[in-house]
Amino acid sequence: MEKITFEQLQEELYYEKLENGLDVYILPKKGFNKTYATFTTKYGSIDNHFVPLGKEELVKVPDGIAHFLEHKLFEKEDGDVFQQFSRQGASANAFTSFTRTAYLFSSTSNVEQNLDTLMDFVQEPYFTEKTVEKEKGIIGQEITMYDDNPDWRLYFGVIQNMYKNHPVKIDIAGTIESISHITKDMLYECYHTFYHPSNMLLFIVGPVQVEEMMKQVKDNQAKKKFDVKVEIKRQFEDEVQEVAEKKQVLKMNVQTSKCLFGIKALNVDQSGEQMLKNELSTNVLLDLLFSKSSENYNKLYTEGLIDETFSFDYTQEQGFGFAMIGGDTRDPDRLAEVLQQMVLEVKNGGLLTEESLERTKKKKIGAFLRAINSPEYIANQFTRYAFNEMDLFGVVPTLESISLEDVQNVANEFFAEDRFTVCQVVPK
Amino acid sequence: MTVISEAVHELNGYKLHIVKTEKYKTNTIVWKMKAPLSKEDVTQRALLPYVLQSSTKNYPTTTKLRSYLDDLYGASMFIDLSKKGEYHVISISIEIANEKFLSDPTPLLKKGLELLSEIVTNPNSDGSSFESETVTKEKRALAQRIQSVFDDKMKYSSSRLVEEMCKEEPYSLHVHGELNDVEGITPESLFQYYERALAEDELDLYIIGDVEEEEVISFSKELLQFEARIPSLNDNQISRSVSQVNEVKERQDVKQGKLNIGYRTNVVYGSEDYYALQVFNGIFGGFSHSKLFLNVREKASLAYYVGSRLESHKGLMMVMSGIDEKNYEQAVRIVNEQMQAMQSGDFTDQEIEQTKAVIRNQLLETIDTARGMVEILYHNVVAKKNITLDEWLEKMEQVSKESIVGVANKVQQDTIYFLTGTEAIS
Repeated sequence: MEKITFEQLQEELYYEKLENGLDVYILPKKGFNKTYATFTTKYGSIDNHFVPLGKEELVKVPDGIAHFLEHKLFEKEDGDVFQQFSRQGASANAFTSFTRTAYLFSSTSNVEQNLDTLMDFVQEPYFTEKTVEKEKGIIGQEITMYDDNPDWRLYFGVIQNMYKNHPVKIDIAGTIESISHITKDMLYECYHTFYHPSNMLLFIVGPVQVEEMMKQVKDNQAKKKFDVKVEIKRQFEDEVQEVAEKKQVLKMNVQTSKCLFGIKALNVDQSGEQMLKNELSTNVLLDLLFSKSSENYNKLYTEGLIDETFSFDYTQEQGFGFAMIGGDTRDPDRLAEVLQQMVLEVKNGGLLTEESLERTKKKKIGAFLRAINSPEYIANQFTRYAFNEMDLFGVVPTLESISLEDVQNVANEFFAEDRFTVCQVVPK
Repeated sequence: MTVISEAVHELNGYKLHIVKTEKYKTNTIVWKMKAPLSKEDVTQRALLPYVLQSSTKNYPTTTKLRSYLDDLYGASMFIDLSKKGEYHVISISIEIANEKFLSDPTPLLKKGLELLSEIVTNPNSDGSSFESETVTKEKRALAQRIQSVFDDKMKYSSSRLVEEMCKEEPYSLHVHGELNDVEGITPESLFQYYERALAEDELDLYIIGDVEEEEVISFSKELLQFEARIPSLNDNQISRSVSQVNEVKERQDVKQGKLNIGYRTNVVYGSEDYYALQVFNGIFGGFSHSKLFLNVREKASLAYYVGSRLESHKGLMMVMSGIDEKNYEQAVRIVNEQMQAMQSGDFTDQEIEQTKAVIRNQLLETIDTARGMVEILYHNVVAKKNITLDEWLEKMEQVSKESIVGVANKVQQDTIYFLTGTEAIS
């Protein structure tokens, strides 16, 4: 077991790679009541084209299957895993993103028992035709719920505008039509391909005894048999640099219009420190441009073009990445136009000063301290970072290293008109 | 076991609550102002904190104020408005890094308190009126905030249920006020309201973090001083007998129907039945092991989300779910059957134990976040009680099956609200 110490943050992290390939991390947190654990596979909605375990040929699976599988793992022959967790005083949940599926629990008692339950339910699939059919009604309602949600439609609209081929443009839950094709055999095929321990990461954070907990995890894993580890073959079609659509307008049952301005990322085959620096620098840049302390924000707010729903964010994963800026607005066209002007302006060297960079870096460091108060944040973000070979606890030093030149370089490269797109929701 | 040790000090015009803990890397400051909900004041009151946080005398623009927050290692500041029973509560929260974890040792807690004091007591005004541009801008944002509820159908249907159910009670007022009343607010009228609120509201200051009690007391005394007051009380009508269930259907262009059912529990925080009510709600609909989740979702496949939650100070319970409109009758029937099961004691000891374990877990988890801790402690301010979390947990453990059945039989269905698509309602 390896011990990694972060002195300034006064945190210690323990790590071990088990024989079956599973990465296990434990972060003890004194003073907290709860232990939070996530068991995550590097498998999300984008992994829809791959060579199944033990086969040779590529297959394409229905949209929404990773999320469907996530739902179905909770059901076992003797009932629902939620019941078991709650008998043990825990609350359990799961989520599927573009690149990950995570299962988790939090509890303030019976932690050992809950940890075994977590590992066991994820590693013992039980799918039948009957339960698969039943789930279609439930997920159908989940999809319909999102269909009525203008913010979700807007967010996805931007991604669909950006990507021509990449499966990130597929809605995570799929459609009612696409999930109708899912069978129990397909679920098993996806499961065996992507839920091998060597494709997974277990993160435990809370007031725990490190040695005992690591031993428990090892014992649990040693009892189980897994297939021989093989490299997973995923297939992604080539993606163009420019956006697929410049603009999309969705008419919905709303009173307030919404507008998101999107920028498709350029350097998306990064990982490790390079990716960390690029992601953080881009976020610092957006912060300089659009945070509440920026001139731009003030201009937009005073003109009544934005309200407190205004937000901006940049995310990057292997193969795709994007920035989104916007929110509710009384004039979606004008907002799109002004946002575009603002980002282009910075290419000419406007707005970026040492003083504001220092302030933004300070703020980001403070925000990171605030974030690591949260066990959920630590476990989920650490996993995301690790899957991209980045180190969550490298955030502060990397932030400190960002120079004005770095930020200016990002601005020059990142902001280009052929990678801009706009999605709007307007009243019917 | 003492799960939270809260020290309370009566200072000038407000109570200071300190919880000393080493578990966070930040310190949290929460300022709370509480007044009875009233039609006359609700909209001004919803506007006030946003005007206060927009600019102050020493930081006369939002850009300046926000830049200062960034300089304080990205101190976060935000406003929250809530209804607690028939009261309207303003919260201003500031969370600021603990310099212990920074390479820069400048003490930050006092700066955070100074900033709070600046925001609350030194507004951007000429002494009789707020700066008018700020008010104009924030009125526009408030109007959008009120309108935006319509666009989120889950929020909208919850809010419509309360409107229908509590028609003649202050609780039906919206937490962000009424759209029609926004326009009439002037920089002068808002300033008058501000002075009245500071003079009459019940005020509480919470400080959570790795702090020195004596130091916090002395900072607070120095920076925040108000006149003594006797906060006004609202008549909280918690018991209302329901003669007939009110069924409301509304049509809109939506794909998923939203079913919201309101009940009168006739039990509030602090009463002896409250603990049994919590266990009741947990077995009935509060969790993913509850009867509603099991029967509406897992067995009948009608919904993705279905659950119930309590409004502890008003004595309400709300069931909410998203369903296909064709399944309306079936969903309502299943919900009603679960309620009958609760009332006739048709639940097992295992369900009771499971629910107690989960509630206990939920409470302990809540106090792992500073703001969660403040919300739990603030129940006592609203209800004028002094119930410690230990006591809460202990009384909850002691709840018997009989008392759960007793509480279940006090719960009365009041209103069924259904937001449905524009297709014909069957």
